Amino acid sequence: MNPEELEDLREENERLEAERARIARDGHHLNGAELHARLDRTWRRQPGLIGWLATVDHKEIGRRYIVTALIFLALGGVLSLIMRLQLARPDGHVVGAARYNELFTMHGSTMMFLFAVPIMEGVAVYIIPLMVGTRSTAFPRLNSYSYYMYLFGGLMLWVAFAFNIAPDIGWFAYTPLSGPQFSPGKRADIWAQMITFTEVSALAAAVVLVCTILKARAPGMTLSRMPLFAWAMLVVALMIIFAMPSIALCSGMLISDRLVGTQFYNHYEHGDALLWQHLFWFFGHPEVYIIFLPATGFVSVITEAFCRRPIFAYPVVVLAIISTGILAFGLWVHHMFATGLPRVGYSFYTAASMTVAIPTGLQIFCWLATMWDGRPRFQVPMLYVVGFIVTFVIGGLSGVIIAAVPLDLQLHDTYFIVAHFHYVLIGGAVFPLLGILTYWFPKITGRMMSETLGKIGFWILFLGFQLTFFPMHFAGLLGMPRRVYTYPAGMGLELPNLLSTIGAFAVATAVLLFVINGVVSYFRGALATDNPWDASSLEWATSSPPPSYNFEHIPVVASRTPLWDEKGDLPVVTGLRVDDKETLLTTVVAAIPDVREPVPEASIWPFVAACATGVFFVSSIFSPWAVPFGGIPTAIAMAAWFWPSSLKRTAEPVIA
Amino acid sequence: MIRPVRFTDDLAHLPTHKFGPSSLTWWGIIGYMVVEGGFFALAFAAYFFLMGHEQGWPPEGWAAPDLLWGSLFTIIILLSEIPNTMIKRAAHAYDVQAIRRLMPMIVAAGAVLLIIRGVEFNALNVRWNDNAYGSIIWALLLLHTIHILTDWGDTIVLWALMMTPVGYEGRRLVDTDENALYWRYVWLLWIPIYLMIYWVPRL
Repeated sequence: MNPEELEDLREENERLEAERARIARDGHHLNGAELHARLDRTWRRQPGLIGWLATVDHKEIGRRYIVTALIFLALGGVLSLIMRLQLARPDGHVVGAARYNELFTMHGSTMMFLFAVPIMEGVAVYIIPLMVGTRSTAFPRLNSYSYYMYLFGGLMLWVAFAFNIAPDIGWFAYTPLSGPQFSPGKRADIWAQMITFTEVSALAAAVVLVCTILKARAPGMTLSRMPLFAWAMLVVALMIIFAMPSIALCSGMLISDRLVGTQFYNHYEHGDALLWQHLFWFFGHPEVYIIFLPATGFVSVITEAFCRRPIFAYPVVVLAIISTGILAFGLWVHHMFATGLPRVGYSFYTAASMTVAIPTGLQIFCWLATMWDGRPRFQVPMLYVVGFIVTFVIGGLSGVIIAAVPLDLQLHDTYFIVAHFHYVLIGGAVFPLLGILTYWFPKITGRMMSETLGKIGFWILFLGFQLTFFPMHFAGLLGMPRRVYTYPAGMGLELPNLLSTIGAFAVATAVLLFVINGVVSYFRGALATDNPWDASSLEWATSSPPPSYNFEHIPVVASRTPLWDEKGDLPVVTGLRVDDKETLLTTVVAAIPDVREPVPEASIWPFVAACATGVFFVSSIFSPWAVPFGGIPTAIAMAAWFWPSSLKRTAEPVIA
Repeated sequence: MIRPVRFTDDLAHLPTHKFGPSSLTWWGIIGYMVVEGGFFALAFAAYFFLMGHEQGWPPEGWAAPDLLWGSLFTIIILLSEIPNTMIKRAAHAYDVQAIRRLMPMIVAAGAVLLIIRGVEFNALNVRWNDNAYGSIIWALLLLHTIHILTDWGDTIVLWALMMTPVGYEGRRLVDTDENALYWRYVWLLWIPIYLMIYWVPRL
């Protein structure tokens, strides 16, 4: 560098230093109404369609995630009603065998990939930054990209269904059935590519959540003071990071077997169909806990708030969440008992499967102890917790039963299994989810849901659920196989099936009631105060609904239940920029303030990148040339996403 | 806020960038490294799973891949760590001029590696659709090619950005540091893949 350039650089640095001294920051000089107005100008969404598509506000993205996932829940639910109608009577004629195959495949795939996992992520994306006391998720543009990828994957699957090319291979798409020989056409490819979309989306959301939870917590919120929902989501996000690559790999290998003739699963060229099962269940089993563990976080949140007592034995609950997350990776072979295994394999995976009952049981005892020692208020969210405990324990017990190999071999692929996993998934995840949506509804919308409608809905759902799924245990014990479109009369299957169908319609009624309650309350519900349940965590320290910037000042935390323990004024830190988006990073364990971090401005590029990736993925169903021709636009969009909109230096960094 | 607040610390003095685990993007990159590491680990597992079914590896009648191009690739990618380390040090020293000088070297190394990689596919002595052995070694090589290609693209974009005035911003030096970290990961992952493609079939 020549002396002239050096001089220029020095002058530039001096100018920036002077500019830096004039930057507005929150604190004694700037607070109250003026601070609100200026922060809102900085953080609110840009007007127009572009602004709507480009938003990086975690609250908007979280809301879109939740609403989209609920729509997929409804769609998946309608499919289950058609299946129940078909099975209401022996030799039913509502749909034929081929359509029935599509129905259960679409139902399972929609519920697992388009409802259960995304809604947990959506709730977390909305609430985690509020709960840990920060202004944004980490990597908000990645968050936006993640939502669009999820949306496009779901749309692709359902558009395919509308055009009668829905997958018909079951939600776990076993080879060789899903391979090129037995599934010609594009149905299996649609399934495999839907997986690619949702796994890219889930991995992005997982990285966003891990980084938010580890780096953006309020000062003083050490790991041992972190809310239990944040703990649950941290473990879940890490599980996604470790489990999802497995399904990405096996579905990628399936697509390449089908498209370019690789031989991974082809027995005749020394591939192996069981390779699919190993890789699929190495993801598929943790997947169940990816759905269940956020729900345990919901239960802890609700139990604490409605029993007016901190969760009993917090460290035990945290350790239980972590050990469930680790054990989940040692169980996958119990889905494969019927494939034939070495004897030691049977013993090991039986023992491992039973072991997971220990941490889960510990958590349940901690919740019961909290209720016993607290003063429970049985409002709607708490009712869902009680419904959860009853239902989940039944599902857990049938799980311990089928962990035993002799029983599993007898019950494998029967309705007993269907009963078991609906008890753990609906009882274990959907009940707490409906509870938590009722609980956080006032925070998200500013209005309360109707208590009366909520209670009626809960009881219809709880009883309807038992009526639907309890008889399936008996149907299974009587030998009724899964995934078969009908059954003959005279085998004792008529009564349990008819009861299940009646129950299914009761469940649908309850879900409809929940939706009606949500819609009516959104427009007409009683206005919510900032902390209507008198709860203890930080999301209740801001207004309902929260402003675009979440908190005027970043709060400081000195206990696990800050809003109960801070009797006087809420302690906060100051000094963040007001006219540019900025938040605070803290250290991973002790949450000591570390770095002031600029937050990215809204950008349309994540949306464009998601569109390019979508074209890439969909066209790669048809031709391997999609890889270069789809990959290049994707790369360009991502480069534009990273590229700053101005190349002029600023006094303090902005990401625009 | 529902309650009046009490001001404690003022944090205006905090820095707006730091290297290493204090940086948010460092954690994001580590997160994606774990994702990719998991992906490769499972692909390795699939490799050994398929190998377990065979009498010989490569299966009888097939020759192991030629050593020349893969080994040349390995030598060059290991040597590329020299400019890579220099770039990482320059980033920590806030020496933008040095980074501007060194970035073309690492980009050129990436281009050479990608060309050699093209030849490598031809030297595998098996096609992806011949048998499961061919499928899995093609998969390993292809996955690593995608790894190199994406990091090469990133590096070019970063190089272009470092040539602009914003190259002097601290956060861009953190980006440079983390890009160099990622390149280390790319070549570290290559070592087991190299052994599995070229040497395990020769055992």
